[in-house]
Amino acid sequence: MEIIDILLAASFWEAAIRIATPLIFGVLGALICERAGVLNLGIEGIFTAGAMAGWMAVWLGAGLWGGVLVAALAGGFFGLIHAILTVPLGLSQHVSGIGVTLLATSLSYFTYRTALPDVSSPPRIEPFRPLDIPFLSDLPFIGQALFSQTAMTMLALVLVFVTGWVLYRTPLGLAIRAVGDNPSSVEAQGLSVYGLRIGAVVVGSSLMALGGAFLTMSAFDAFFFGMINGRGWVCIALTVFASWRPGKALIGALLFGAFDAFQVRLQTEVGAFLPSQVFLMMPYILSIIALIVVARKADYPKALLVPWFKGQR
Amino acid sequence: MIRFEPRSNPGPLLVYGVPVLAATIAILLAAIPLALAGAPIIEAYGLMISGAFGSVFSTSEMLTRATPLILTGLAAAIAFRAKLWNIGAEGQLYMGAMAAVAVGSGVIDGPSWVMIPVVIIAGMAAGALMLIGPTLLKTRLGVDEVVTTLLLNFIVLLFVQMMLEGALKDPMSMGWPQSEPIIDSAAFPALLERMRVHIGLLIALVSAIALAIFVKRTVWGFEIRAVGENAAAAKFSGISVTKTMILVAALSGGLAGLAGVSEVAGTRGYLATDLSPGYGYAGIVVAMLARLSPIGVIASALFVASVFVGADSMSRAIGVSSYLADLIVAMALLCVLIGGFLTRFRVHFDRKSAQG
Repeated sequence: MEIIDILLAASFWEAAIRIATPLIFGVLGALICERAGVLNLGIEGIFTAGAMAGWMAVWLGAGLWGGVLVAALAGGFFGLIHAILTVPLGLSQHVSGIGVTLLATSLSYFTYRTALPDVSSPPRIEPFRPLDIPFLSDLPFIGQALFSQTAMTMLALVLVFVTGWVLYRTPLGLAIRAVGDNPSSVEAQGLSVYGLRIGAVVVGSSLMALGGAFLTMSAFDAFFFGMINGRGWVCIALTVFASWRPGKALIGALLFGAFDAFQVRLQTEVGAFLPSQVFLMMPYILSIIALIVVARKADYPKALLVPWFKGQR
Repeated sequence: MIRFEPRSNPGPLLVYGVPVLAATIAILLAAIPLALAGAPIIEAYGLMISGAFGSVFSTSEMLTRATPLILTGLAAAIAFRAKLWNIGAEGQLYMGAMAAVAVGSGVIDGPSWVMIPVVIIAGMAAGALMLIGPTLLKTRLGVDEVVTTLLLNFIVLLFVQMMLEGALKDPMSMGWPQSEPIIDSAAFPALLERMRVHIGLLIALVSAIALAIFVKRTVWGFEIRAVGENAAAAKFSGISVTKTMILVAALSGGLAGLAGVSEVAGTRGYLATDLSPGYGYAGIVVAMLARLSPIGVIASALFVASVFVGADSMSRAIGVSSYLADLIVAMALLCVLIGGFLTRFRVHFDRKSAQG
C-alpha cells in the first residue's frame, strides 16, 4: 500500500525527473560521441568541469545562462582534446578518455581551490528557480511533477527531441550515424570523417558538461569536491541500455531517476533495518544490472573504438 | 598538409626517450597553473624537488608513496597488455586491504613468517576475485568491463564504509569509522629505523621483476601478449582467450589487492575510507608512462610518487593547492599518449597538398 502511495505522489515524480536531468544530458552527450564511433570516458571529468566552470561563472557574475554557456564551452574544450587524440591521431579511446577525466577533474579542483583558498563552507549562488508557467504549472499532478522543474530540465527534455530529430531526420544525422558504422562509406561520399567525428565529440562533450552544470546551478547551489560521484560512468552504462537512441535514453534516465527517488523514500521507511550504504550502492548496482540485461543484444555502433585514418579503404 | 607515416622500427632512443620527455613536458607545463595561481615558479619547483629528495625522510616518504603505485601500475600494465580494460584497481585495492584487515587484526595469530604471507594471500585473493567477476561477465555475456570495473570502485568504497561502521569497526576508535589495527605479527616491518618506508617496497620491486620474467619468458606470458595483440588470431592458433583473460584478471586484481595489503599492513596500520588517494587511477598513468613494461613501472611509479610528495610539500610551504600534483600526472598521461603516437609514426609536413 505504502509503495503505491509513494509512486502516486507528484513529489515523487518531481524528484525522479530532477534526478534524471543530469543523466539525460550525459547520456545524450555520450550517445552522440559513440554514434560517431568515439567512446568518451572523459565524461566523468567533463561533468566535473561543467559543474565547476558553470558555477564559477555565475559566482563571478556571468548570470545563469552565461554559466550554462561557460559550462558548455568548458565541456567542448575537453571534448576537443579527446577528439584530437582519438580521431586524427587514432590513439586508445579508453586511455585518452581516462586521461581527459583526470585532467578535467584535477584542473577543476585546482582552479576552485586557487580561486577560493580558505573556505570552510562553499559559497552559494542563486540557482535556477522552479518554473511557474501560467496554467501548465497549475495543472494537477503533472504541473508539480513536470512543469515546476527548472529551465535546465526543460532544456534537457527539448534536447532529447532535438538530438533525435538531428540524428534520424537530417542529412547531418545520417552522416554522424554512418561515420560510427562505416567511416569509409562516408569518405566515399566526399564528407570529412575527421570533421564529423571531432564535431560530434565536441558537441557531445558540451552536453555532458551541462549535466554537471545542472548539479551546481539547479539541483544545488554550490560546488563540492567529489560531487559527480560516478554519475558520468552511470551515463556510459545507460547509453548501452538505451541502445544509443535518444528516446530510449530519456526512458532509461527517467527509470533510473524513479528508482533512485524510490530508494530514498524506501530508506526513510526501512532505513532502520539496513545500513544506509546499501541504498547508496543501488544506483551503481542498478547500472551494472542494466548492462547485463542488454549485453547480449547490445548493438554497438560498428566502428566504435576503431580508429580510422585518412586514405584508408 | 600533414602526413603520418608508420615507422617500421622505432629506435631505443625514441622508445625510452619519449616517456622521459613526456614527464618533463608535464612538469614544465605545470608552470602555467603555478603562474596563474600567482606562485613564485622557480621557488615552487625547488620546493617540489627538495620535498621529494631533500632528506632521508622525504625520500623515505617518496618511496612509501611509490610502493602502492608500483603495484597498481603493474596491475594496469598486465591487464592493458591483454586489452582487459581494468579501471577498477581502486576497488580491488580496497578489497585487498579489507581482506588483510579481516584476517590480520587478531582473529588468528602466529609468527610473522606465517601471518605476513597470510594477509598477502588473503588480500591478493580478494583483489583477484573482484576482477574475475567483471572478466567473466565480459567473456561469457559480453558486458563491457570498463564500466563494470569503474562502477565497482564506488560499490566497494561504500561496502568498506559499511563494514567499518559494522563488522570491522574498531570499538576503541572513539566513533571514527576505522578498522581494528593490524596486529604486530602481520604488520610489514620498516626498512629504516624511524622511517615509514617498509618491506612493501621490496615486495613491489620483486613483483615487478617477477612479472617481467613471467610476461617475457613463460608460455602464459606469451599467450597474454598474443591475446592482447590480436584476440582472433590467438584463438585461431589454439589459445583459450577466456582462460588467458581470467589469468590476467587474477594477476591484475591480485596485484591491486596487494597494494591494499601493503598500505594497511605497512603504511597505515588500519583500514579507513581514505586509505588510497586514488592509487588505482594513478596506476593507469604509471603503466602508460612505462609503456606497459613491468620494469618501466618501477621508474614511472617513482616519478609519479615524487610529483605527489613534492607537490604536497610545496603546497604546505607556499599554499598552492596540492591538486597541482594530480594535474601534472594527468598531463603526463596525455603527453605520453601523444609521444607514443610519435614513436609509431613519422610526421611529414608537405608543401603541396596531398595528391589523390
